[in-house]
Amino acid sequence: MEQQIVKVKNKKGVRVIPGFGLSMGVTLAMLGCLVLIPLASIFISASQLKPGEFLDVVTSRQVVSGYAVSLSCAFFAALINAAFGIVLAWVLVRYDFPGKRLMDGLIELPFALPTAVAGISLTYLYSDQGWIGSIFAKIGVDIAYTRIGITIAMVFVGIPFVVRAVQPVLEKLDRQYEEAALMLGANKLYTFFRVILPELFPALLAGFGLAFARGIGEYGSVVFIAGNIPYKTQIAPLLIMTKLEQYKYADATAIALVLLVISFLLMFLINSIQIYMQRFSKA
Amino acid sequence: MKKEEDLEKNINPDAVGDGIHSIQKVIEPPKHASRPIVKYILIAVSALFLLVMLVIPLIVALVNALGDGWAAYKEAVLDEYTLKALALTLLATVSAVLVNTVFGMFAAYLLSKFYFRGRQALATLIDIPFSISPVIAGLVFILTFGNIGWMGDFLKAHDIKIVFAVPGVILATIFVTFPFVFRELFPVMNAQGNDEEEAAALMGAGGFTIFRRITFPHIKWALLYGVILCTARAMGEFGAVSVISGHLRGKTNTLPLHVEILYNEFNTTAAFAASSILVILAALVLIARNIVEWKRK
Repeated sequence: MEQQIVKVKNKKGVRVIPGFGLSMGVTLAMLGCLVLIPLASIFISASQLKPGEFLDVVTSRQVVSGYAVSLSCAFFAALINAAFGIVLAWVLVRYDFPGKRLMDGLIELPFALPTAVAGISLTYLYSDQGWIGSIFAKIGVDIAYTRIGITIAMVFVGIPFVVRAVQPVLEKLDRQYEEAALMLGANKLYTFFRVILPELFPALLAGFGLAFARGIGEYGSVVFIAGNIPYKTQIAPLLIMTKLEQYKYADATAIALVLLVISFLLMFLINSIQIYMQRFSKA
Repeated sequence: MKKEEDLEKNINPDAVGDGIHSIQKVIEPPKHASRPIVKYILIAVSALFLLVMLVIPLIVALVNALGDGWAAYKEAVLDEYTLKALALTLLATVSAVLVNTVFGMFAAYLLSKFYFRGRQALATLIDIPFSISPVIAGLVFILTFGNIGWMGDFLKAHDIKIVFAVPGVILATIFVTFPFVFRELFPVMNAQGNDEEEAAALMGAGGFTIFRRITFPHIKWALLYGVILCTARAMGEFGAVSVISGHLRGKTNTLPLHVEILYNEFNTTAAFAASSILVILAALVLIARNIVEWKRK
C-alpha cells in the first residue's frame, strides 16, 4: 500500500496495453464473489439486530473482558515483537556470523508452521510440567492458562511481521548519516536513537500494526495456551466461536462486527500515522 | 603413567594461557570497527529469542510425536482419519493456491499496468482478508451460505451443501490466503513499469503474448515466492476452517483440526504425531522459500 503509484497512462489518455477489460473483470468478479459478498453478509446480519440487543451483547461482562484480554495481550505482544524485531533485523542486516542464513530462514517459521501445531507445542512447553513452564512454576509464575501464555503465543505469531518490515528498510539505509553522526561525536547509542531509529520508525510502526492486528484476531495458537477461563483468559475470537457452537448467530455477529471495526480502525490509524510521518520527513 | 603425562600435557598452563590470550584478542575492540561486544550480545539475544520462541516449540512437537516410540508414531500417522484429513488439507491448499494465483496475476497486472480511478481503493480492498480474524472469515461464510444466511434457502432448494462440507472448507481457505500471491507480484510488476509492455503492444503483440513473453519472465520468482507463502498459510489454516467445517471426522476435518480433536481427547502422542506431518510440510516450505529467495538474488 505504501508503494508509489506510477502513472501508467499516456498523455492522450489512450491505453496501449491490451487486457484492461479482461483483467478488470476477472479481478472484480473474484474479489466480489470470494471476499466482498461474504463480508457484506456480516453487515447484513448485523443490521437485522436491534440496537438494544446489539449493545446488550457487546457490553456484557464476558464480551468486554474478551476484548480487553485480546487487545491488551496483542498490544504487549506487539511491543515485545517491536523490540526484538529491531534487534533481529539489526543483527541480520549488519552482522556476519556463522548460522546467519539459518537464523534468517527461521524468522518465517511462524508463517509456515500451522497455528494449531504451534498452539499445542507452546502449551506443552509452558505448562507447569513443560520444559520451560516447570522452571517458572518453581518461582511461582504460571505461564500456560494465564495472560502471559496468551501474550507468548501472540509474540510467536507476530515476530515475522516486524522483522520483515524493518529488514529491507535497514538494508537500504544510507550509512553516511550514521557515519556523520559518529564523526560529529555522537556515541553509538545516541546515533541509533536519534539518527537510525527515526528512519526505521514508519516501517517499525507498520510491522507493529500488522503484529498487533494479527494478535487481536489470532485463534489457533492462542486457544490452547489460553485455557479459556471465563473473564480471565477468554479471547474475543474464542467468544465468537463459543456463540457459534451454541447456535447464537446474532451474538456471534455482534461480537465479530465490533472486532472487525477495531481492526479496521487500527489499520487506518497506523496508515494515517505513516502517511503523516512520510510527509513530515520529506518536508 | 603415560596417560597421566598426556593429561598433564593437555592441560599445559602455557596452552591455557594462550587460549585466554587469544579470546582476549577477540574481545579487545579493534581500532576502527565498532565494539564487537555489542555485536555478540545482540547476536546472543537474537539467537536466544529465536531458540526459546521458535526452535524449542518445534523440538517439543517432534519429541512428543516420538514419545511413545516409533510404532505408536507410525500407527498415529497411518490412522485412517489422519490420512483423510491430510488429503482434505492438500485439496484445500491446492485449490486455494490455484484460485489465488489466477487472481493474483490478473489483479497485479490490472493494478500495475493500468491507471484508473479507485486503484488505491481496490488495492486496499484486496488486502482486507489480511487484517481480519480467521474466526470472522469463517463466520462470514456461515452468514452467507449457512441455514440462517441469505443464500441458505436457495442452496437448500438446490441441495447444495457448502457450510459444514468440503466446499466451505475450500472457500474459507481461499479467503484467508486471498491477497498472498497478489502482494508478492504487485510490487515487482509496479517497479517494472510498463514501457516494455507498451512497446510490445505498439509492435502488434496481443495481450496474452505480452503477458507470456514480456511480463511473466520478470515476475516468475516473485510468483513462485507468493505461491509458497500461500501454500504455507493455506496448509495450516485453523480458525476459519474450524468455524465452517463442523468437525466431521473423515469428511470435513483438515489436518490442523484433526490435531485439535486428538489433543482435546488427551491423545497427546497422536496429536503431536499428526502435527509432525504438518511440521515436515512446513520445513519443506521454508526450505523452498529460502531456495527461491537465493535464486532471486
